[in-house]
This record gives sequence, structure tokens and C-alpha cells, in this order.
Amino acid sequence: MSCRLITVGSSWGGVEAVTAVISSLSPRTAAAVAIAQHRGPQRSALASLLTRQTPWTVEEAEDKAPIEPGRAYLAPPGYHLLVETDRVALSTEGPVSYSRPSVDVLFESAAAAYGPRAVGVVLTGSNRDGADGLAAIARRGGVAVVQDPATAARRAMPAAALAAVPHALVLPLEAIGAKLTELCPPSAAVA
Amino acid sequence: MALPVSPSAPAPAPLSAAARAEAAEREEIEIDVLLEAVWRRYGFDFRQYARGSLRRRLWRRTDLEGLASLSGLQERLLHDPACMERLLLDLSINVTAMFRDPGFHRALRTTVVPLLRTYPFVRIWNAGCSTGEETYSLAILLAEEGLYDRTRIYATDINATVLSQARAGVFPLEKMQEYTANYVAAGGTRSFSEYYTAGYDGARFDGALTANVVFAQHNLVADHSFNEFHLIVCRNVLIYFDTPLQARVHDCFFESLVRFGVLGLGPKESVAFTPHQHEYEAIDATERLYRKSVPRRRGAASAASPA
Repeated sequence: MSCRLITVGSSWGGVEAVTAVISSLSPRTAAAVAIAQHRGPQRSALASLLTRQTPWTVEEAEDKAPIEPGRAYLAPPGYHLLVETDRVALSTEGPVSYSRPSVDVLFESAAAAYGPRAVGVVLTGSNRDGADGLAAIARRGGVAVVQDPATAARRAMPAAALAAVPHALVLPLEAIGAKLTELCPPSAAVA
Repeated sequence: MALPVSPSAPAPAPLSAAARAEAAEREEIEIDVLLEAVWRRYGFDFRQYARGSLRRRLWRRTDLEGLASLSGLQERLLHDPACMERLLLDLSINVTAMFRDPGFHRALRTTVVPLLRTYPFVRIWNAGCSTGEETYSLAILLAEEGLYDRTRIYATDINATVLSQARAGVFPLEKMQEYTANYVAAGGTRSFSEYYTAGYDGARFDGALTANVVFAQHNLVADHSFNEFHLIVCRNVLIYFDTPLQARVHDCFFESLVRFGVLGLGPKESVAFTPHQHEYEAIDATERLYRKSVPRRRGAASAASPA
């Protein structure tokens, strides 16, 4: 089943890792991208930084913005990012794994709303956020991808994700974008 | 820990695609039935809450109750009003802080207060006030601008427990450092510590700040408007609603605002995806402050509006 939503979770060292992944992911893919990068509650220029350094226009998610292929939504500071079937949603409920945004919250919502059409990607980080969420995506038939801990700035987060989903695809950072393009080809190529 | 031997190692498939789809559908049914039960038994209508966040909170409550399934939670909710009280708290307590997003409060002071000054008497609705931090922030701001004496703030929430906390006006002492920094960044003109007394139970805020505040239980989902307002502040509340319910609440806000009344939303909320987007103009797009205005004809945008 072709994928519709790629969810990416990262923490320590994540800005460089996210940049590397979406730089090699074609914006013509039939999927949208949702990113939960751990960050503080202050406003910052992260979205415009990612936009400058990649072929994607990365937008800080606005509540209930429609989810469309080729668009990338970044969790705003101080909010959890969630997805519904066709829209993003935000929440200010308490931090999960000490984090808001939390990767688990994003991934679990993607598992519920997109089922087998969701992909979860766990990148570098020094805690275990994302492990439960990735397991939820796998349980619902979605694709689980984990950055090879050996290529991660911090290995704890991808290692925890692998422990939770032992059959996840393990890829070095530089190979993830190409794999995602293959999993979610441009819609013309699907037909 | 055994790492997978190769990236393409085949996934063990404990469930077929059909079984997974069935499990997903079953969960949706369980949620629907639970929400229906809560609505019919207690009159609280969460059926149009955004599903993602709602699902999380229902499962969290299920775990905390030591139950194994959403159906189990539904059974307990039906039979045990105390369990319903606990769920209501789960669903209504959200993170709040005094002068949260200082930029918003600075814009209120510099842009909205001059508009409010033009009225002999000011009515403000703080919808979804939770434990009251936002309400006290508004009261402080208006007092410093000399407007509080002719203002009434209606602070409402669906939950009676958080309202009684708001009425008490006691907030954790350890928060005061953060709130003081917010207050200063928001353009506060005095010393923040003048507004509270440190006690054994926390920072007790000056009772004068609530002299013109009416705390009342109000349900945005079911209840109608109850007055006409010059300013409505509703931040990070509508994000928990689905799009059709958001549209209904926006109808209520629009009808409750006087002409040129102001609507203040959370930093990631806007009127953009609502039926009234063309009937407001942004007076501060970054801080999400919108003024109800007559709809302008397309193409005539640059001609009119002295604002």
C-alpha cells in the first residue's frame, strides 16, 4: 500500500539529521511529511532554516491545516503535533517523555489516522521518545524506519526504537531519504 | 540485544492486513460508544473533539484506572460518576501560564487597549479560562492601563473544579520566577511581586484583581453566547475541537462580538479555516488578534479602511 504520510522524530542532533533526510526526499512524493523535533518552548526560526537548507517548504503547523502531498509540517514550540485523517492538529497537554512536542504523540496519531499508509522514521536523540509510537505504527501495518544508531549523533533514541520494533528498516542517515522516495513515489509514478 | 541481521530482514507478521483494519475499526467504535454513553449519561458532549488528542487522553485514563480496554473504561464511566469527574479533569486541564506568550500580551496592551478605551464600559470574555492564569494576567494588564475599574471579565470553563481553583487565585510559588519574566517581557509597568503574597500554600493573588471577574461554568460545545463583548480571548481551546465544531464556536464568537470587537486566539490558531475568515481583519497577524469588520469587497482592499 502506498504511503501518504511520513512522520519523522528526532531530538539531540536532529536538525542536521532531518535536513539530511528531507534533502534527499523528493518534494514530488505523494506523501506529506510531519516532523517532531524536540525543541524548547521559545519561538525560533527552525522552519525557515529547514526551508532554506532543503528542497522542501517546511511550515510550522497551524491547527487544522489540511494535509497535502508535498507539504512538510513542523511541530511548533510548546505544542504536540498530531494528525487527523486529513488535517494536522495541535495540543498543549503535558509533555510526554519530558518533551512537547513528543515523537510518540505524533507517531501514535499517525498510526491511528493513517494505518498502513503511515511511515515512521526515528532519528538521532538521547532518550527513548518515539519507540512506543513507532511500535504503534508497525502494529497498524505502517512502515518503521530507524536511523542506524552507529550513524547517529546520539544513539539512544534509535536504539530504543529498534528494541521496540526489532524488524524495523535500519538505514544509515544518508540512505533514508532515497528509501522514503521509493516507499512513497510521486503520484504519477504510482498510476 | 539482538540487532536485525540485515535491513531487509522480513517483518514477522502476527496480524494480517484485514485483522489490523478490523482492530482499528473496533477502536473507533469503542470510542464512539464511550462518547455517546458519556453524553447521554452526563450531558458532556466530546463527540466532536479532535480524535488524536482525545484518543490519547482516553487511553491514559484507561491505564490510570487499571483497566485493559476502552470498553472497560466506558463501563466504569457509566456506573461511577467519580470516574467521570476524573476524566473531565483529564479532558479540560491544559497547560497554561501567566502572561503566556508575552508578545500576545504586549500586543493586547499596545494595540487592543487603545480600542477598548473608546468604550464607556468594557466587557471581556475569557473563554476556556482553565485554572485562571490567563484571567489574572488580563486583570493585571487592564489595571495597569487604568481600564479595569470599568471592565467586567467573564471567565468561563466547562469544568467546575478548575473554576474553583481559578476563584481561589492561589498559584504555585515555584512558577513565580517564570511568570515574572513573562510579565516583564509582556510590558508590565510595575513589580510583579506587588500582585501576590507568598503563603504556605502558594502565591495568593490580590483579591482586588477578581473584583470585576465573573467566573462561570459554560460549555462552548452546547451553550450559546450570554452577552455582547468587546474582546474575546480564547487561546489553545479550540485546537481540541474538530473542524465542524470549531466552525460552530466561531459562529458563537462572531455573533457575540460587537462590531469592531476583537478576537484573540492562540499562537497557532487563526480565523483562516473558519466560515468567518473574511469578516475579520488581522490587527496583529503574528499575535493572532483579529477585529470583526464589515466584509470588504474583493479588489477594494487598498481603498477603504483608515486603520
